[in-house]
Amino acid sequence: MRFKLLVASAAAAMVMGTAPAFADLVFPSLSYRTGPYAPNGIPFADGYADYFTLINERDGGVEGQMIKLIECETGYNTEKGVECYESTKGEGALLYQPLSTGITYQLIPKATADNIPVHSMGYGRTSAANGKVFPWVFNYPGTYWDAASIIVKYINDQEGGDLNGKKIALVYHNSAYGKEPIRTLEELAKKHGYELSLYPVDHPGQEQKATWLQIRKERPDYVTMWGWGVMNQVAIQEAANIRFPMDHFIGVWWSASENDVLPAGDGANGYKAIAFHGVGSDFPLFDDLKKYVIDAGKAAGDGSHLGEVLYNRGVYAAMLAVEAARTAMKLHDTTDITPTMMRDGMEALVLDNARMAEIGLPNFGPEINVTCSNHGGPGLGAISQWDANSKTWSLVTDFMGADREVVDALIMEDSEAYAAENNIEPVACGS
Amino acid sequence: MNVEFLFFLETVLNGLMAGVMYALVALGFALIFKASGIFNFAQGVMALFAALTLVGLQTGQVPFAHLINAIFGTEVHHFGWELPAIIAIAGTLVVMVAFAYLFEGLVLKHLVNQEPIILFMATIGLAYFLEGFGDLMWGADIKPMDVGIPSGGSFWWEDVTREWAPEGSDYFGMYVDKLDVVAAIVAVVLVSALVAFSQYTKFGRALRAVADDHQAALSVGISLRTIWVVVWSIAGFVALVAGIMWGAKSGVQFSLSLIALKALPVLILGGFTSIPGAIVGGLIIGVGEKLAELYIGPLVGGAIENWFAYVVALMFLLFRPQGLFGERIIERI
Repeated sequence: MRFKLLVASAAAAMVMGTAPAFADLVFPSLSYRTGPYAPNGIPFADGYADYFTLINERDGGVEGQMIKLIECETGYNTEKGVECYESTKGEGALLYQPLSTGITYQLIPKATADNIPVHSMGYGRTSAANGKVFPWVFNYPGTYWDAASIIVKYINDQEGGDLNGKKIALVYHNSAYGKEPIRTLEELAKKHGYELSLYPVDHPGQEQKATWLQIRKERPDYVTMWGWGVMNQVAIQEAANIRFPMDHFIGVWWSASENDVLPAGDGANGYKAIAFHGVGSDFPLFDDLKKYVIDAGKAAGDGSHLGEVLYNRGVYAAMLAVEAARTAMKLHDTTDITPTMMRDGMEALVLDNARMAEIGLPNFGPEINVTCSNHGGPGLGAISQWDANSKTWSLVTDFMGADREVVDALIMEDSEAYAAENNIEPVACGS
Repeated sequence: MNVEFLFFLETVLNGLMAGVMYALVALGFALIFKASGIFNFAQGVMALFAALTLVGLQTGQVPFAHLINAIFGTEVHHFGWELPAIIAIAGTLVVMVAFAYLFEGLVLKHLVNQEPIILFMATIGLAYFLEGFGDLMWGADIKPMDVGIPSGGSFWWEDVTREWAPEGSDYFGMYVDKLDVVAAIVAVVLVSALVAFSQYTKFGRALRAVADDHQAALSVGISLRTIWVVVWSIAGFVALVAGIMWGAKSGVQFSLSLIALKALPVLILGGFTSIPGAIVGGLIIGVGEKLAELYIGPLVGGAIENWFAYVVALMFLLFRPQGLFGERIIERI
């Protein structure tokens, strides 16, 4: 009996020792460092972790509360992603960033039931931008439909404001993610008079010859792409092979990393993509990341991804999480926040240029003002372009707005249909 | 010639070229199955591992750098030199032979005369191990592959075929990727060499004897262990060739292991035991899926080529269960 008591006490002590202090800010990271999508998952996960480490090391946490990051490997697999969610939510998780549209779709009803906010930053279900129907889901600072609209707007500008009779092709990953922009592009085709042609590519997308033979034959004026993983690299290589003008090939922000263009070498020069945040490492924050995290040997990876597009995106996602937590603390006048308070902080998040400069990321992204009804943020994007000689991306436009008339109507239609299907009573927002 | 017909020909040509790329992967499967009766689930991962090793050696990457740095607190990533492609290829071959030797010594020799399903399960284990080991050894980054193989559309072929179109049409010639042409030449040489080796050498006959019956082969003095090491080494070489060709298209990355999926319908169609069958099967699948994607795809929403390849293979299976060139199995009761 005494032995059993001893064992039980030891076990209890161990559990107490490993459990997070209640005041910790727990942010699970559903990462993928293994499998076919690891080259994209690693830099994002590194950036996400390194920013939290910086806040802990440099500032002593957020308003004195240390951040605890729990990393769980999903392998970009939806089932594993859901397992990660289930196994980490009991740790006091304040926020989930699933980094996968498939996982996001699965987590929307679960997290809503569990009262834990989900931030699918620039991915996931676009109509979740309607906060009245999706109070626990956020996709600021922009959605796929914003991206599609901004790409068309950019093409329209390039063509002198007239898209009548022009041909635009969409090469897309044949999945829920890849199909997201179709409806928007169709609506915009009606409005602007361009001809839209669709080219689905099945997972994983290593063989796309038939697609690019058709594009070569049809000769669209512009090609836009919603790809991920190896599909991006092969598409860019094939486009270069058929000598499609790369400055008329525009990818979504998930088809816009160094990984996507480097394998094609010089052939990728001039390729464009939409971006919702800045590129490169020429920001004061990156000096701090180097000093307090990488040079101090506390980086999540080897530090080699600093300044890459997906590393920057991870940093940006973590920064938005920290700012939302800070907002939640002010709003509720406590540093010991719950997931519900975190949600409130996300919904009240205001990030202006002055604050971005204070953080060390001046003009890194657009100003953000999240509201109860608008969880999609400003919906701005800039066009970036790849220079194969210097191996760098640069923004070639300012941040532009989407066609709100078209996009907002689609968001409303889709979210209301979702609410009707799932018997959801939209929440009342003040205004 | 009519422009539409020229486009049809272009599709067929490119289908044939894609088929050659599939066949390069299928060859490795057929080789091991023919010589040992094992369906090697790890063939795709072997192609990935070979390509990773080639790029790693070529660019002077320190193997296991992440592990070394984590344990010893060092910051080593590169040796600071770059190797010519030919030396890196030779080095990779040495690694693949060493791998074959180790796999035989550590796994296969313990499974002599076991049921095929046991050997198959061993290759599943190998696939997962090798993928993780490759990640640990060379990292998960996408690595551009540059061994000097030309790529991109051939201007010469475009100029030649432009002349075939009617006067006044804005036809701009037929497209063929130079990389695919190189792959086709390599495949022809590879298949010829493998067929000659298998059919006309004493060692080749020994391989076939081992495939038929491990114990019977042992009883007539054939060294099973030597045969297996040689076969897995050749399969490693074929995997390296496939890894180079596919890696040149998309960069060397872990999704390269999924090219095995492209080889399965080729094997079903060509027969698991036939080396020429891998090529013919590849060509039929390549042409079939490209024509289907272009002419049937638009009617049903597109993206059908992946599954259509299996439809073609299954249709053949209905009439020739052993595949076009496979050996017919007759069991007498």
